Formats: sequence, C-alpha cells, structure tokens
Amino acid sequence: MYTDNKVQFRHTDDHVVVIIGSGAGGGTLANELAQKGVDVVVLEAGAMHTQGDFATEEWSAFKQLSWLDNRTTSGNWRVAKDFPNLPAWICKTVGGTTVHWAGASLRIQPHEFKAKTTYGDVQDANLLDWPVTRAELDPYYDRAEKKMGVTRTNGNPGLPGNNNFKVMSAGATKLGYKECNTGHMAINSTVRDDRTHCFQRGFCFQGCRTGAKWSTLYTELPRAQATGRMELRPQSHVVKIEHDARGKATGVVYYDKDGKLQRQKARVVAVAGNAIETPRLLLNSHSSKFPDGLANGSGQVGRNYMRHTTGSVYGVFNDKVEMYKGTTMAGIIEDESVFDPKRGFAGGYHLETLSLGLPFYAAFLDPGSWGPNFAAAMDQYQYTAGMWIVGEDMPRESNRITLNTDVKDQYGLPVPNVHFDDHPNDEAMREHAYKQGSAVYEAAGAKATYLVPPYPSTHNLGTARMSAKASDGVCNSHGQTHEVANLFISDGSQFTTGAAENPTLTIVTLAIRQADYIAGQMKQRRV
Amino acid sequence: MRDTIIPIVAQRRAHDAGHHHDHDHDHDEIAAAPPKIALTRREFLRGTGVLVGTIAATSIFASLAPSRVWALEMQGLSTHQGEVLLQVTRQIYPHATLDDAVYALVVKDLDAKAKADPAVRQQLADGVAQLDAKAGSDWTKRGANDKAQDVAALAGTPFFSTVRSTAVVSLYSNSLAYEHFGYGASKGDGGYLYQGFNNLTWLPDPPAADSGPIPKDS
Repeated sequence: MYTDNKVQFRHTDDHVVVIIGSGAGGGTLANELAQKGVDVVVLEAGAMHTQGDFATEEWSAFKQLSWLDNRTTSGNWRVAKDFPNLPAWICKTVGGTTVHWAGASLRIQPHEFKAKTTYGDVQDANLLDWPVTRAELDPYYDRAEKKMGVTRTNGNPGLPGNNNFKVMSAGATKLGYKECNTGHMAINSTVRDDRTHCFQRGFCFQGCRTGAKWSTLYTELPRAQATGRMELRPQSHVVKIEHDARGKATGVVYYDKDGKLQRQKARVVAVAGNAIETPRLLLNSHSSKFPDGLANGSGQVGRNYMRHTTGSVYGVFNDKVEMYKGTTMAGIIEDESVFDPKRGFAGGYHLETLSLGLPFYAAFLDPGSWGPNFAAAMDQYQYTAGMWIVGEDMPRESNRITLNTDVKDQYGLPVPNVHFDDHPNDEAMREHAYKQGSAVYEAAGAKATYLVPPYPSTHNLGTARMSAKASDGVCNSHGQTHEVANLFISDGSQFTTGAAENPTLTIVTLAIRQADYIAGQMKQRRV
Repeated sequence: MRDTIIPIVAQRRAHDAGHHHDHDHDHDEIAAAPPKIALTRREFLRGTGVLVGTIAATSIFASLAPSRVWALEMQGLSTHQGEVLLQVTRQIYPHATLDDAVYALVVKDLDAKAKADPAVRQQLADGVAQLDAKAGSDWTKRGANDKAQDVAALAGTPFFSTVRSTAVVSLYSNSLAYEHFGYGASKGDGGYLYQGFNNLTWLPDPPAADSGPIPKDS
C-alpha cells in the first residue's frame, strides 16, 4: 500500500502546489489535486511511520506519533494547569492526525452552519454564520463518505457493538434515548477499498495496524504518489511562507530531515498544519507588508480557537466490561446534539464510547490525583465503561494562538501559546453532559461514576476561520485567504464554529471542494 | 568484564503488611540471617544499591515470573533510599495485593532519573532524609498509619511530585500491572473480534439495527 515518490520536483519549480501537512486536509487535498493532473509537493513535519511500526503500548505510541514540539498554555482551562506544555494531543507523522483519530464521521447539521443566526448573540462569544451552507456541502459530504467508507452510509453496515457499547446502549435505552448506535465510523465494517475489515483491536489511538480505519497514510497519500504528480517529503518542517511585493505567496522555507534550511517555490500554498501550527506559521510569516502575520489584516489569525466541550464519564459496574476490547469509539448517543436552549445552553453535544488502556487511564482519570480513592478506581479497571463528550464550544476572540516570544523552539522560532478560558455556555453544557452520561451508566447498573476533565485537545479548530466579510475572519468559503489569493487554509482552522460533531469528515469534505476550486482557479489562471 | 550474578543466599522481606501464609514459618529467622553476597571491589563500585524481594506464593505473578525472587540493581540510589521510595510509592498508590515487584519498577525509573540528573538525585536523597528524620533514623520502620500521614504531609512538594509523576507512569505501564489490573495490552494486537470483544452477558444485546454484523473475511 505504501509507495515511493514517482516524481521529484526541483526546489526552484514554481509551478507546483505546495501543501503543508499530510493529514485529513493536506493529504486529501494532495490526492484530489494529483488525480486532476495538478503537480503537488507535500511537506510533512513528521516522519514516516507505517502500520508495522505502530506500537500497542500507549506511552511509546504517544511518543512515536504525537506532536511534541514545545508549546505553552494560559487561561483558566484545566489543561493549562495539568499539562502546561501539552495543549493538544495530535500527530506529527505522515498522515497527520488521521493516524491516531478514532474514526467518528458525522456531518455538521444545517443549523450549526448558521450558529449566529440560530443561537443569537451569546455574550462574550464571537459567533458567526459560516459562509457556506450544509446544502452546498452535501455533494461533497457524499464524496467524502464514499471515499472514507463511513458505516451506515452507502450500504456499509454498522460496526458490531463491543462490551463498552453494550453498556452504553442498555443505559441509553432505559433512559429513553432513541438515537444510540455504533456510529458513523470511517472504519471498514466489511472488506473494501483494498483494506480489511476491523478486527476490534481497540488500538485506534495508536495507529490502525490492519488499515481498517481510514487514514491518509495508506489511502490518499500513496494514491497521490502513484499518479506521478505528487512528491511527499517527510521530516520537512515549514517555518515561513514567503510572498512577493504584490502580496502573492511565492514559496515556503522549511528545515529538511538533515536540519538544513530549504526553499521550495510554489504557485499555490495550502496550509494544513492543524489549528495550532497553521496560525503559528502565518504569524511567524509576518513581514513589512503583513506586520501582524501573513493574511492577518483582520487580526483573526489565531483567534477563535475552539476545542469542543469535552470531558469523559466512566462508570464502574459489578461485572466485567473490559472496555479496551474492541473499536474504541464505535458507539454514540445523538439525542442531545439538537439545539434546545431549555437545557440552559446554546448548541448541542454527542456522547461517544471511549476506552483508555491502563496506562492512560491512570494518567488522565484525574491528573495529579493519588491515594486510596484513586487506587480503588484503578482496582476497578476491568469493571469500567467509558464515554466521551463532544459538544459545541463558543468561539471567543480571546481564546487564541499567539507567538510566545519568551520561548523558542528547536529552530529558534517563537513557540505557540494556546490561551483558553471556558465560556459559561461551555461549562453549562459540560455539566449537563456529565449528568446525562452518569445517568446512562446508572441506568445500566453502575455502582459509581467518575467525571473526568477534558484531555489535551484532540479537536482543534477555528484559528483561521471562514467568513463572508474579510474583517470577520481569514478565508472565504473555499478556504482561500481574503488577502492572499494563492494562499489557502486546508485544515480545521477554517471552521467558523465548532458544531457538535467530530471534525474530520468535514475537513475531508472541505478539502475535496477546495481541490475542485483550486484546479478551476488554476485553469482560469486566477492563481 | 562479565556480568556478575549476585547469589541471594537469604531472602529479606521487602514489605510489611498484607503478608499472609496458610502455613507457619518463621520470618524472623529468615530475616535475621544477612544475605551472603560476595562482591569484588569493582562490582561494589558498579552499583549504588540493590533492592530484593520475593513474590508471594499466592500472587498471580508466582507462575508468570521466571523466578519468585527478584532483585533490582541501582545506579543512583542506595539500598535504603530505594526501600524508602518503594514504601513511599506504596502510600501514594496503595494497592494492597499488588506485589512489591511492581512497585520496584517505579524505583527502577526513579533510580534512572537519579543517575541521569544530580539535581534529582539530591532531591530524592533529601526527601528520604526528611522522612528518616521523622522516624529517628529509618523510615521503613514506621507504623503504617504514620507512614500514610508522613506521605500525605509531603503532598505538593517537589519531592512528592517527582515520585508521583514517575509512579503514575511506571506503576501502570508494565506487563505485571496489566496482569494484575486485567488489561490485555499487547495481547490484543491480533484483535478481539474472535476473542470476546462483545462477550458480556449481564446486559441484553443491543437491537440489531443499533449494532452491526460480524464481518466475513472476504
């Protein structure tokens, strides 16, 4: 499934599209463009790790795949206290965060694209309607679901429910929830797409050994390379995007695998470094023409950082659950994802099954905790079921990525600081979700429930958001930056609001649509 | 220079409470005889301390481990420091039936940190000395309740933080712990599709429409 590059582009070749990042956005964009005959260079900061390299031990997998370059944090979120240098748990590896994601693939709902109109003016929130509607995206969602093999679409059956799901389902049914199933998952429930079906390993977060879970690593990237139009360069960390006197992007500067500085010229630059590195790169690319950062005339680059209202609930039962056996997130309750302000907050949330192995359960159940009560919780590991909350958090201008000029990275550049304060709406939603999640487990017979605070963010969004008006955001509905016509945002940074759905399906969808747009613009010589 | 195997002639008890036997034997007699360990000068300089222990015959590890006797050679801590740190870790994460052998894995990692960083070595030494002072000279001789209180009093200190943050990783990320707590770990690499992923019977099966079929291989 893996392949070598069939083409090598010269650094001085300025007709190529340069894509920064090889994950859901960058990897998909690369393949979609390559299939159309467009020449692409993909610069991925991480190294190549294949399915054979994946580890089953949580800490070594974490060290192997995660973005561990230094970051700092601030704000009242608990992550800043417990994990001051780990605001996010995302990937630095070929395939990006699609290597360790859980596979949950839901379409954002129509009303969520109109969050401002629907929710109204929420104080201290920077809500905005997306400049694109669900109806406009539906044909692209169709293509994405087919590409990724999402279960419960296109004739793909649902995954079979594991023990952890059985517990969720029993409790949900007793409680009166109507929409509890094994989810819309980009994980093969049958043999398809030259990949096997899921074998229920439960190491989804450590990289899918069998390839049943969709990842650009073994789908989009090798297919793009096979066209002879895409060159993948791993261990290539882009540090600056350059532009000419007219404000057109001309190329990027990156450190290669030997630590040497290289310049790759470009006709078009697409940034897909995930929502912390992408704004950081734009900010670090400031110049006399763009003193506040490239494409940052609005001042919104880095702002409106969202991470979803998360948190977990674990339930302890009298009988064994062994939640680690089987697909980690194949279980969902969708009933609470509606907009129902009677609950006391705007937006909705999902409850999704989640399992952690013993090592991570110890580390994240209650960070910093110790003593007999903590030990008792660990003693009950085999009898524990788990779920995770995914809810819409409010965009705030003050929740933002900025350059920390006091702390430099391995290249001497300022690291990103992630500032986050929970909005009262976020807190109200989380409390409700904790209550409902506990109720589900109690209905199934739990003798105890544990409420667990949000982990370092696995969903990172909004920091170069789409907007209709240039003053409200960074890019238009095609991810094209308002100020630099040949500069595109191709990852979750584009999200105008966070919605209540796991973001990857929408990132892939936007990338498919963006590829059509870029190819069209190139044909018309607009970029 | 070839590796030297230290012959453990007599076994010392590495833990106090929770040690039960069905039959009688005299621990005191065994503990009284000092281990006859022949060390050359070079071997003596190689390590700074050694922890030893015996896995209880009733432990689930008794049949898993190659030997019921375990020894941990240290390069950054003395024997006494290792013993104190093991006991401190037992207070921080108290699992009564979890064998000392697993806690020794925490001491192993603390020892490595002490060896690599003189500041950590000093911090651990100071922490041990503070505890010893509470007991007169040897904190391992303190009563169980006092031990719990002494450790609780240290919560929030850098010494406590070093031990706890090391322990939360080391204690729960090893194959002995996986067996004890019932986590499959790498045994699940082939998948649980045919190994009981949905085998619980104490709840009804979900409606078929909410779940999905067991896949076929072709």
